[in-house]
Amino acid sequence: MNSIQELFKKKDKNLLSIYFTCGYPNLEDTTKVIAALAQSGVDFIEVGLPYSDPLADGPTIQKSSHEALENGINLDIIFEQLKTIKETNNTPLVAMGYLNQLLKYGEDKFCKALVACGIDTVILPDLPMVEFENHYKQLFEKYGLTNVFLITPHTSEERIRKIDSYSKAFIYVVASASITGAKGEISNSQIGYFERIKAMNLQSKLIIGFGISDKKTFTTACNYAHGAIIGSAFIKDLGTNGVDNIDNFIAPIIR
Amino acid sequence: MKSKFHPDKNGYFGQFGGAFIPELLHPNVQELADNYIQIIESEEFQIEYKALLKEYVGRPTPLYLAKRLSEKHGAYIYLKREDLCHTGAHKINNTVGQILIAQKLGKTKIIAETGAGQHGVATATVCALMGLECTVFMGEKDIVRQAPNVTRMKMLGAKVVPAISGSKTLKDATNEAIRYWIQHPETFYLIGSVVGPAPHPDMVARLQAIISEEMKWQLKEKTGKENPDTIIACVGGGSNAAGAFYHYLDDEDVELIAVEAAGLGVHSGESAATSQLGQVGIIHGSKTILMQDEYGQIVEPYSISAGLDYPGVGPLHAFLYESGRAKFMSATDQEALDAAFELTKIEGIIPALETAHALAVLDKITFKKDQVVVINLSGRGDKDLEIYTQYLEA
Repeated sequence: MNSIQELFKKKDKNLLSIYFTCGYPNLEDTTKVIAALAQSGVDFIEVGLPYSDPLADGPTIQKSSHEALENGINLDIIFEQLKTIKETNNTPLVAMGYLNQLLKYGEDKFCKALVACGIDTVILPDLPMVEFENHYKQLFEKYGLTNVFLITPHTSEERIRKIDSYSKAFIYVVASASITGAKGEISNSQIGYFERIKAMNLQSKLIIGFGISDKKTFTTACNYAHGAIIGSAFIKDLGTNGVDNIDNFIAPIIR
Repeated sequence: MKSKFHPDKNGYFGQFGGAFIPELLHPNVQELADNYIQIIESEEFQIEYKALLKEYVGRPTPLYLAKRLSEKHGAYIYLKREDLCHTGAHKINNTVGQILIAQKLGKTKIIAETGAGQHGVATATVCALMGLECTVFMGEKDIVRQAPNVTRMKMLGAKVVPAISGSKTLKDATNEAIRYWIQHPETFYLIGSVVGPAPHPDMVARLQAIISEEMKWQLKEKTGKENPDTIIACVGGGSNAAGAFYHYLDDEDVELIAVEAAGLGVHSGESAATSQLGQVGIIHGSKTILMQDEYGQIVEPYSISAGLDYPGVGPLHAFLYESGRAKFMSATDQEALDAAFELTKIEGIIPALETAHALAVLDKITFKKDQVVVINLSGRGDKDLEIYTQYLEA
C-alpha cells in the first residue's frame, strides 16, 4: 500500500505537510530538515527537487531552488542524502519536481532512485493528464510509484472525477489561481471552492496547498480537507532562522 | 492536405510538442486548442486578418532581388522584406492574427513576453489598435540592450514588467509571462514565437505562414517557378523561419536552412546554438530540443542578439532538425555584425541583429550557378543602433 494511504489509515484529519527545498539553505541541510520536521510532528514531507525554471513556483521557492543549485545540489547528491536517512526516518516523503528532471535523468533511473530512497509518491506539476494516461501511468505502476494530481478552482467537475479515479495517495487541491507563495488570508470565494470540492464526495483524500502559511490558514483549510501543505512560509522561515528553529515554526501550527 | 509537418491531435510534431503545463492553465490551453483552427479558417477571420495585413501591416512585403549580394555569391539572392512591415519585423503578422483570435474568445487583457522587444512592440501596437490592456514581460538585461523598443511599448500604452530571474533574458521573460498567466487565467497569452504549449506553436506558424504564401506567387512572377532552391532564416524560437518555410515543408526539393546564434562560438560556453548543444527536454510547456545539463537544469544561453538568446527552439524546428528536413547552421556574434554591415553597405538595408545571422551564412555556402535563394529579412536594425555604434567605434 502507498505510504500516504497508510498514513491516512492512522490519521485522516488535520494532517500537516511541509514542503522544503533540498540543499537549502546549505547543501548538507536536506537530511537535517527532514529529521527536524519529523521530530516536530509533521505528518508527511514534500521533498522539493530544485529546478532552474520552476513555472509553478513563486519567488520564495524560486529563490531557494536557485540558491540550492548554487550550493551544488543535484539529483545524485539528493538521492544519496535521502538514502542515508531511509532507515531512521518514519515520516512519509513525497518527491516534488518538474518533468524535465525526470526526463533528462532517465525515466527508469529516476523511478528506481526514488524507490531506493523509500519514496513512493511523486508530484510533478507540469505533468498533464494526457501524458500520464499515454505513458507515465504505466511507468509509475512498474515501480510501484503513485503520482499526485493537482486540481484548481478552474478544473471542471468531469476532470476532477477522472483525477479522483487515478489518485492513490491524495489530490492536491490548489487553493487559488496562483503559483506557490503565501497570500495571508483565505477568501470567501476560496471557501466556496473548497466546499464545492468537499461536496463532491471524492474517494481520494484531499490536501490543500498554495497560500497556506500559518495556524489560521492551516486550520481553515483543514475544515474542508484532510490536511494542508505549507511551503513558501516555511522556506522563508528556514532561510531567516535556519534549521535549528524548525520546531519553533511547526509547534504553533499543530499544537 | 494533411502534412507530416502538421501536429497530431495532442500537438506533437514527431516526438516534439505537447502541452506540459500546470493544471491551472489547462482550461485556457484547451479552450484555444478547441477553437483556434476553426477561428483561423473561418471566412470572417480571414477577411479581417487579410485586411489588417494589407492596410495596417503593409503587406504584401516585397521580394527583392539583391543584385550586388547576388553578384558576390554567384546566385540569385532574394530578400523577403519583412523588415518593411509596420513596427519593423515579421512579428506583427502573428500579433494581428492572435489579437483577432483573442477578441473572438472574448479576452480583453493581453500579456506577452519579448526578447528583442519586437514582439512586445507588435503586441503593444495591436492592443493600442484594438483598445485592449497590454502587459509585456521583458528580461532586465534585454530592457537595457533594446531600450528603444521599451520606449515604443510604453508610448503604445503597454506596461513593461522586468523579468529579474535567471539570465534576465527571453527565457526568463517567458517564465514570468507564464507565471502571470497562471495567476490571471482570464488573460490571453499572446505568445511571440512557435514555442510554448500546444496549440501555440502551430497557431503562430499558421499566422506567420503568410510569408511563404506570398513568396510562392512572388517567385512565380519573378522566376517563373513558385519554388526557390533554398530558403534561409534565423531561428531563436523560430517564428520567422516557420513562416518562411511553412508552404514549402512538403516540397522536399526546396532546401531549408535554419541559422542559430553561436554567440562567441558554438562550443565556447557562450552560445545559443540549441540544435548543436541541446538534447530532448521540456521548456515553456513544450517537449523540444533544449540546452540543459545532465540533471535537466536549463542552461543559460548567450547571444549578442536578444531575439535569438533562447535555450530552446520551437517543436516544429526540433522535428525539422531531427528528421533532417531542415539544415541547421550557426553564425557567431562577429559574423552576424559583419554581415549586417555588409548588407547595409552594398544593398542599403540595415537589418536587425537577429536577421544578420541568416545573412552571415551566405559566406559559408557554395552556391550553384543560377541557384535561387530566399533570405527571410525578418526585421530592421533600428533597435540595434547602440550595438552597431559600438561596432563602428571599435
